Amino acid sequence: MALHERPLSPHLQVYRPMYTTVLSISHRFAGLALAVGFLLLAWWLMAVAGGEADYAATAAWLGSVPGRFALAAWLLAFWYHLFAGLRHLAWDAGLGFEKRSARRSGMLVVVLALAAAAITLALAWRQFGGGA
Amino acid sequence: MSLRSPLGRALGHGAAKEGVAHWWHQRLTAMALAPLGLWFLLSLLQLPDLGHATVAGWIARPFNAVLLVSFVATLAWHSQLGVQVVVEDYVRGKGARLAALVLVRFAHVLAAVAGIFAVLAVALGGRA
Repeated sequence: MALHERPLSPHLQVYRPMYTTVLSISHRFAGLALAVGFLLLAWWLMAVAGGEADYAATAAWLGSVPGRFALAAWLLAFWYHLFAGLRHLAWDAGLGFEKRSARRSGMLVVVLALAAAAITLALAWRQFGGGA
Repeated sequence: MSLRSPLGRALGHGAAKEGVAHWWHQRLTAMALAPLGLWFLLSLLQLPDLGHATVAGWIARPFNAVLLVSFVATLAWHSQLGVQVVVEDYVRGKGARLAALVLVRFAHVLAAVAGIFAVLAVALGGRA
């Protein structure tokens, strides 16, 4: 950590949001949402271990309207973060750095994430009746 | 080919002293989480319902329990690395940043321990 906090160079006040930068911040945003989801996952597992009574309370919240919205949002965050993450791994391997490739792979990520989210949401709806 | 001298590496020279481990572990856990996360999601979607008995029965099976523990641990690690970077980017001020980093670490460790304990309790403890 720096002894003296040096000023950040301005970027949000200077650069117009672009396709690639929006994808990038979305990846971070989705990751943060999933981090919260992880805490909830641990909570849910503890509820299972706690027995029927403990589980009923958690399940009731998850099955409620805001609960289902949250689960659907997590599903979308999961798929987006997964595909955007694979795009990152490709970059780490040195692939797809050209501007054109980056934009194309970005579009592919969005399409795949939306499609996968729609499919899994539909499956969950069918399986569990109106949302997981 | 590293340009570091052996002495420099041993003494931890360089502005941040370390950082490649963070980068690599983030990628490593990411690679593990892709199949583990997919397995978790698709397994849940195949359950007939999400009632307690069904879920506990699913967790209790050794294969699922092993993958679940792996999933929780890897997820905790990956999430911790990611959130840490976000804190380092946005939280200004020595005290606030330190507090945030410590809090984030503790929360992740606690959640990981809880998740793993819960899986083991269901799979081994005969409670359900």
